[in-house]
Amino acid sequence: MSTLTREETEALIQEVLEVYPEKAKKDRAKHLAVNDQAVEQSKKCITSNRKSLPGVMTIRGCAYAGSKGVVWGPIKDMIHISHGPVGCGQYSRAGRRNYYVGTTGIDTFGTMNFTSDFQEKDIVFGGDKKLAKLINEVEMLFPLHKGISVQSECPIGLIGDDIEAVSKKAAKEINKPIVPVRCEGFRGVSQSLGHHIANDAIRDWVLDKRDGQQFESTPYDVSIIGDYNIGGDAWASRILIEEMGLRVVSQWSGDGTLAEMEKTPKVKLNLLHCYRSMNYISRHMEEKYGIPWLEYNFFGPTKIAESLRAIAAFFDDKIKEGAERVIAKYQPMMDAVIAKYKPRLQGKTVMLYVGGLRPRHVIGAYEDLAMEVIGTGYEFGHGDDYDRTIKEMGNATLLYDDANGFELEEFVKRLKPDLVGSGIKEKYVFQKMGIPLRQMHSWDYSGPYHGYDGFAIFARDMDMAISNPCWSKQTPPWLKKPEVEVELKKAA
Amino acid sequence: MANIMVQKDAKGAYVFYLPKRDLEDAIVSMEFDTPEKWGGEIKLNNGGAYYIEPQALPARFPISLRAKRIDAAE
Repeated sequence: MSTLTREETEALIQEVLEVYPEKAKKDRAKHLAVNDQAVEQSKKCITSNRKSLPGVMTIRGCAYAGSKGVVWGPIKDMIHISHGPVGCGQYSRAGRRNYYVGTTGIDTFGTMNFTSDFQEKDIVFGGDKKLAKLINEVEMLFPLHKGISVQSECPIGLIGDDIEAVSKKAAKEINKPIVPVRCEGFRGVSQSLGHHIANDAIRDWVLDKRDGQQFESTPYDVSIIGDYNIGGDAWASRILIEEMGLRVVSQWSGDGTLAEMEKTPKVKLNLLHCYRSMNYISRHMEEKYGIPWLEYNFFGPTKIAESLRAIAAFFDDKIKEGAERVIAKYQPMMDAVIAKYKPRLQGKTVMLYVGGLRPRHVIGAYEDLAMEVIGTGYEFGHGDDYDRTIKEMGNATLLYDDANGFELEEFVKRLKPDLVGSGIKEKYVFQKMGIPLRQMHSWDYSGPYHGYDGFAIFARDMDMAISNPCWSKQTPPWLKKPEVEVELKKAA
Repeated sequence: MANIMVQKDAKGAYVFYLPKRDLEDAIVSMEFDTPEKWGGEIKLNNGGAYYIEPQALPARFPISLRAKRIDAAE
């Protein structure tokens, strides 16, 4: 079934590479690897963060997706203008299920789409005037917004509009911060550079705005960075951190506000969930403000307990006791969840292909359910992501970087996992092949999956997908051999 | 010249970070590592080498610096 030996996995990779022309084959070979826990540095076995091959069906996004969709978009009390043609903003609008509280259109704007709707004349004559006009309109129609970010789409960089000048001028007029973000889609090889650009924009335009201001701090101030509150994830994490006695000053960027971001430099510890998209700003704060940061993992009880203890290690005994108390409180609940679902899910195999932190973070949650992850890969991970992944994955399992439609399909056909965790673009391909799929980008419109509460939902959802009776009904009735015939054959 | 960041890991060893290429790697050797003189040629675990203008030991890590690339491994 699943567990291939090292040689078999290598042979599988070779077989899949067979269809490519020579040059493409050479390139793709570097992105596919068999995991070896003995390897210290991932780049010895896998290449990542390189330009995708033209012509293959990659599922990566662009820098705009990384900045507007991931980092800036969820900040709820700012208006994020998709500056450029209408499509980029419209087709990415409200797709990521970053939950928030507030009245949309009055004081929060998370699911709305603001765009400058570029036309031919704006490309020819420049769109600066339009942007200035748009900002004034926004200010008039939505006076309760706390600030604006200008998310550039490709044409802005191509025609060389000076959005910085417009932003500075308009910010003075309306007396609110306006942040120009140079996240044109063509920059970089994937959304990953968009995260970096967005982080740099936060560093340059937001973070130092309250330096020197009075702030009533406690020794237990922390911030949650890199949790996008998909299906309520950040809330499920936040209650645990508050329960152990810490004070969450700010939460980025899911359900986050501009004021929270500005107050982040006042905290004592930055808790970083999505390393890939927010490590840049954490490093900056470590250098400038001396705030340490810690990567944590809130998927599955084992990793949560590990993370809570690691977080508590930064503080005094009161917090350490708090962490133990939280773990002890939820453990019986988790035992019940595992007792219920483990017998149904034990030994099932999973293949993952997502982005950000999930290809390695959710492995622990699956292992808590006695499921096995036999293949994983990042859409846009870098070397440091794979460094961390190698240790989490079993030996001789498959690693694939920036896999395309063809490769993923072939791997799944051969490895026959019981479940695939990927996105909407893969969902129906694999379900039509008879393999259940859970979307690990949007939690398949479920969630939260973070924290103890999330794990109960996670376990239920995985069971729901795998144990669905439809998978045994893949053969249509007219192709089924009549049972009598089968029995006759057996008798003979 | 490249902007780099030098930080210390949990064990106190130097770690090199090049934001532009998102390259994070251990520093295996540093030419000068005394309180008065610090920097010089640094060698990375991946085989790359950079040069930091020798200076007094920075009071705090991580620190952003300008470094000259001598040899970038790939």
